[in-house]
Amino acid sequence: MLKMQKSTRKTVSTYALVIVAFVVVQGLAMSGNISATLRGQLVPICAYVVMAISLNLTVGVLGELSLGHASFMSVGAFSGVVACISLQNMIAFGPVRLVVGMVIGALCAGIAGFLIGVPVLRLNGDYLAIVTLAFGEIIKNLITCLCVGVDSRGLRFSFLTSADALKLEEGGRVIINGPMGIAGIPKLSTFTTGFVLVLVTLFIVMNLVKSRSGRAIMAIRDNRIAAESVGIPITKYKLMAFVTSAALAGAAGTLYAMNFSTIVATKFNFNTSILILVYVVLGGLGNIRGSVIAATVITILPEMLRGFNDYRMLVYAIVLIIVMLTTNNARFKTILSRLIPSKKATGEGRQP
Amino acid sequence: MSFLSHLISGISLGSIYAIIALGYTMVYGIAKMLNFAHGDVIMVGAYACFFIASRYELPVVLGVLVAMLVCTLLGVIIERLAYKPLRSASSLAVLITAIGMSYFLQNAAQLMWTSNPKVFRSVVGDKSLKLFGGQLSISAIAIVTVATCIVIMLGLTWFTGRTKMGKAMRACSEDKGAAQLMGINVNATISMTFAIGSALAAIAGVLLCSMYPTLMPTTGSMPGIKAFTAAVFGGIGSIPGAMLGGILLGIIEIFGKAYVSTQLSDAIVFVVLIVILLVKPAGLLGKQVQEKV
Repeated sequence: MLKMQKSTRKTVSTYALVIVAFVVVQGLAMSGNISATLRGQLVPICAYVVMAISLNLTVGVLGELSLGHASFMSVGAFSGVVACISLQNMIAFGPVRLVVGMVIGALCAGIAGFLIGVPVLRLNGDYLAIVTLAFGEIIKNLITCLCVGVDSRGLRFSFLTSADALKLEEGGRVIINGPMGIAGIPKLSTFTTGFVLVLVTLFIVMNLVKSRSGRAIMAIRDNRIAAESVGIPITKYKLMAFVTSAALAGAAGTLYAMNFSTIVATKFNFNTSILILVYVVLGGLGNIRGSVIAATVITILPEMLRGFNDYRMLVYAIVLIIVMLTTNNARFKTILSRLIPSKKATGEGRQP
Repeated sequence: MSFLSHLISGISLGSIYAIIALGYTMVYGIAKMLNFAHGDVIMVGAYACFFIASRYELPVVLGVLVAMLVCTLLGVIIERLAYKPLRSASSLAVLITAIGMSYFLQNAAQLMWTSNPKVFRSVVGDKSLKLFGGQLSISAIAIVTVATCIVIMLGLTWFTGRTKMGKAMRACSEDKGAAQLMGINVNATISMTFAIGSALAAIAGVLLCSMYPTLMPTTGSMPGIKAFTAAVFGGIGSIPGAMLGGILLGIIEIFGKAYVSTQLSDAIVFVVLIVILLVKPAGLLGKQVQEKV
């Protein structure tokens, strides 16, 4: 613990933070010291933490602004839930079924990420941002028009029609019912599975960032032309980061959906993408631990602001603006660094 | 005939997108930021006009003027309070602040005016022009919208091309440092841009709600996103581009609704956008800037 490298220390402290938080919250929940609303928030918090970490890979590490991250969550949620429901008879044990669902959700979201990434990653900056926004809207629209059912012959799909067009056999079941989404989802997600997913995500992202590929990705972020000129294949590494990010978001989507009894495609809209981006920016770009903390705090924040009643969303907006102003204003920053000189000296705060 | 009437409603919807897109594109051109709160300024403008014209039954012209005044003030205040302190910060920080501003406006509107939809009375009534023996009817609001759009377009072209302030704006969007050296007050120019963009947003809000008469605190957000798309479509930072992008987007949306599927019309709009951006990465009329090594 004493003679570790700074980066190693940071990694260990991030894992420790998550594990300690889990143990404390689990302990409080066991002894009944957590309010019912907060208990309902535990799985969504885990899902949002995973979303924030994965988006940080695209925005912070790769340096490309994505405004459609919720669409990968949506793909993961719908494919994962379809997998879980249709495998009901084959795999009886709930947690295993959830893991299979998450893997399928991650795969589908990863494939979607690949298909979107190939054309999109040729663009740069704001244009890339608007195209990810557009893809998010397209995926939301497509899922709204999709019907999926399952019967003895397997999965049945129909598009732009009602669920009757599926022509299900006797005993079949409609899973996705167009704009109505999925109803009657078995509640398989637990806080423990959410916690495990957070750990797996941390492991994947932190190792990727520290690997040779991670360094290549960061080189592209810092200077694309310089990176290209030393022989880094830009598209390959951009795609690697983008697809990993999408797949993790897919797994988070499955986790999220399996916590509720119904889920609709419009839940994963532009606002959700923006919300996740807010976690990433407030936590610090490229700072994984920051994302974890920001996602947790901001998800609980409206709950903590309950005392303000009707004003809580307004207060939330004001807090968001004030935090952005105080952390990014040059004049305020110098005042802050004079007050807390140690913060600058040890290089804490945000990772470059 | 139905083709013609779809075309006309597409052009008039597109004109509204174009007016909103002008606000986005001017602010982007000069401040290099995506002003996400722009869509909500539209909503505030529509509410202002609603209260003057529908609630207190004062003349419509007064309603439009008050809406423009309110939005201009709002735009300048937002810029001063939220964006000006972040002039030197990263663009992502400004983006998040703009999103915070958008949440703030939406929630403030919800508290003040509740989320119940209000029925907005059209500013020109429901008269319509009948052509070809009544086969083709063009609503008055469509004509007014297209006319307003053309007037605004001509006015802005004259303003940016001929007036001193307009030239200052173009100079600032090209190079802020050099503009300052030439004695241009950069801060005042940016405030002016926000003022013009927000006044246009007020007009767009009134026209939008005259066409689709439900008014809610979230009314502005989807047209805002679409207009932003239109601005990118035409080449962000370019005024004629915003116009062209807005009108094309409106036509595509209405045709998609009429001939393909109402549920998929948004998806069609965005697919066209992606295809255009892949072929012309800087938008239809955008300048392709070569990267210096």
